[in-house]
Amino acid sequence: MSGHTAPSLLLNDEQQMLSKTAHQFIHDRAPVARLRTLRDSKDETGFSRELWNEMAELGWLGLQIPEQYDGMGLGFFDLCVVLEQSGRELMPEPFVSTLLLGTQTLLLGGTDAQKKALLPGIASGETIVTLGYEEAGSHGDASMVATTARKSTAGFELSGAKLQVLDGHLAERIIVSATTSDSGYTLFLIDPARSGVTITRQFRIDGLNAAIVQLDAVPVERDDVIGEIGGGAVLLEAVFDRAGVGLSAQMLGASEQAFADTIEYLKEREQFGVPIGSFQALQHRAVSVYTELALTRSAVLAAARAIDDAPDDVPRLASLAKAIASETFMHAAKEAIQMHGGIGVTDEHDIGFYIKRAQATYMTFGKPSQHRQRWAELHGY
Amino acid sequence: MSDLEEFREDARAWVRENAPDSLRGTSGSGPFEGYWGGSKCEETDPDLLRWRDLGIEKGWTAPSWPKEYGGGGLSHEHEEIIHAEMKAIGVPRPVAGQGLAMFGPVLLEYGNDAQRAAHLPAIARGEMRWCQGYSEPNAGSDLASLQLKAERDRDEFVLNGQKVWTSHANLSDWICCLARTDPNAPKKQMGISVILADLNTPGITVKRIDLISGYSPFCETFFDDVRVPVGNLVGKENEGWTIAKAILDHERSSIGRSIARQPGSAQREVVGRTRKHLGVAEGVIPDPLLRDEIAALGMLEEAFHLTLARIQQSAASGTPGPEGSITKIVGTDLKQMRFELGMKVAGVDGLGWEGPGFDEDDLQYTRDWLRSRASTIEGGSSEIQKNIVSKRVLGLPEGKK
Ligand SMILES: Cc1cc2nc3c(=O)[nH]c(=O)nc-3n(C[C@H](O)[C@H](O)[C@H](O)COP(=O)(O)OP(=O)(O)OC[C@H]3O[C@@H](n4cnc5c(N)ncnc54)[C@H](O)[C@@H]3O)c2cc1C
Repeated sequence: MSGHTAPSLLLNDEQQMLSKTAHQFIHDRAPVARLRTLRDSKDETGFSRELWNEMAELGWLGLQIPEQYDGMGLGFFDLCVVLEQSGRELMPEPFVSTLLLGTQTLLLGGTDAQKKALLPGIASGETIVTLGYEEAGSHGDASMVATTARKSTAGFELSGAKLQVLDGHLAERIIVSATTSDSGYTLFLIDPARSGVTITRQFRIDGLNAAIVQLDAVPVERDDVIGEIGGGAVLLEAVFDRAGVGLSAQMLGASEQAFADTIEYLKEREQFGVPIGSFQALQHRAVSVYTELALTRSAVLAAARAIDDAPDDVPRLASLAKAIASETFMHAAKEAIQMHGGIGVTDEHDIGFYIKRAQATYMTFGKPSQHRQRWAELHGY
Repeated sequence: MSDLEEFREDARAWVRENAPDSLRGTSGSGPFEGYWGGSKCEETDPDLLRWRDLGIEKGWTAPSWPKEYGGGGLSHEHEEIIHAEMKAIGVPRPVAGQGLAMFGPVLLEYGNDAQRAAHLPAIARGEMRWCQGYSEPNAGSDLASLQLKAERDRDEFVLNGQKVWTSHANLSDWICCLARTDPNAPKKQMGISVILADLNTPGITVKRIDLISGYSPFCETFFDDVRVPVGNLVGKENEGWTIAKAILDHERSSIGRSIARQPGSAQREVVGRTRKHLGVAEGVIPDPLLRDEIAALGMLEEAFHLTLARIQQSAASGTPGPEGSITKIVGTDLKQMRFELGMKVAGVDGLGWEGPGFDEDDLQYTRDWLRSRASTIEGGSSEIQKNIVSKRVLGLPEGKK
């Protein structure tokens, strides 16, 4: 805490209500077992458009989008309330691509025209917007940009390839980073229908949908630049901070659910004539996970609060939240499998989905070790 | 709410106006730091004594106790604010110790009027120091197995037996004992009573025990036909276990809290020691592995403080969550991590016990590191805490005994 008065880490009445409603809706309508069906049927979309639209009608997709762009005009904190619940059942819907990467880039760097063109569609569920930054060999380091933007008469021509672009297979707009000079890179908004764009669907362990976005001299106009020319790095860092916090809220929900399922199992599964939850070796490990969950919740709430109220605190609290949520989710997912025994490693049981998502989220928007290095820098050592 | 905000302004002004300069930045303002008082106290620091007197005069040594017992007659929220304001500038509370943190509250809740009148004002003024007589050689984690015998002889109890690990019994005036008043009770938790004893009573012998740190904070306390008036019984005879558990809960949450110190202080301390011992003047510490370890500590520290704040906020909003139960586990882990890392960066500079060739700060730090090993044992070990969370919070079934 930077000052001695801590930020408010409680949900207000409306937020508690929102959390409850979202919990119930997602529990009833979006059970984690969907991931298996979607995977095995090689579903083209890879998630449910219908659910996405329903959530739009409930107002959840536009929670944080300003009213002038047809949103509810609430805060990032409110969005995190829904994200947490969406994480419980590992929903594959385009939260990360559209509400985090796309929306946050537009909110932080977009022009009024760009926001007008895209945010209302995002709030209504129609528009999927994503951002591609991963490239061959970049290993999650968004500053490694081999994609180039060459100046042309109309604007720029983009060439390169972005990998594992979330929901890139059906996004209406894809934001990509491309180098515009020796010193920096820039974010561009591209329409995948443009000539020179090739989209190839990718399949990952975690049930999130992704694509390779190949760019061969794709023409873009000056108006498609987001933020400053050469200002991509600064903008992207701010976007990743927000996206990391939103993802951390999902990780928190996912960890909570994996843990709750495990505690249930510890109470019901019997060996040696007693519930396995009576074995102290398991009890103490369960308490360790519980402890980490409590710490993670505080970190996530504080970071989400800072995004709305204390911008100066965002970098350090975002790094704190992402680092701690990543470690907690991984730990909770591993213990969940171990404590389920053999059934835990079968595809038939849902608990195994959690470790796949844990691995993917661990590697996204900075690994914990990267955030610890950043934390050290931010604290001057 | 605005009332409290106004009070915060006043409390801040008072603390900043009155706290002696020399005490600022010296304390995390927990309940166990600062002036412990008692009739055997040899404290001479004039600033500490002045701060004590100012606190007493204001009623802020025990802000939430009734005025008639030397308190400030304020609510717990007000008390939190006062302590937070002291913590904000790092001055200790004007009076500290177990009497204020543990036994006063017990008397307020379970004692009778005579006991309150007899003991609370003296505790609030720091005149009488108290210690806790719970543990025995064969009753540690399994506290309910305790054997200190208390037999009724008309209007007196006669105590026989031994306590151990009695912190600061040698410096205390009174001891709050758990004693067995009914050896034939059907369960070991039954037949226990809470009995107060003046340590000057004939038959009590106190022997110091040295710790690995070289300090001697605790004692063995022997009872040999010690006669105390029946008026020293707190609550009902044979129903002391409930009170004991309440005291323990209280102790554990205050240990967790008091360990917390200032947000960021553990990280600053370790960074400071790294600079000193590895000769890194300013800026980036070149070893990325070490940076990673320090950052992990700093992050845990921040998350712990945020969690304490969250627990406090939800308690204040009237719906305390179950997270309070983990503060001792996390707080003591954090403390040990801090000292381990602080010792690691010191390397051989941290190996001094006493004498030439080592600087005073390092000698002290090493002793504190050794002392920190006790934190996961005292007040209920981390294993026992985990048993409690497992049962009470997670609802897991009890194991076969
Ligand atoms: C610095 C310090 C100050 C203290 N001050 C006081 C004081 O003022 N007054 C007072 O009355 N007491 C005091 N104590 C005593 C303290 O409460 C006991 O040391 C503590 O409760 C543990 O008891 P024990 O030492 O007998 O260890 P044991 O109970 O013998 O424990 C030994 C080991 O076994 C583990 N263990 C025991 N039971 C279980 C179980 N059921 N499940 C899993 N693991 C278990 C413990 O965690 C520990 O690791 C103090 C202790 C210390 C270190």
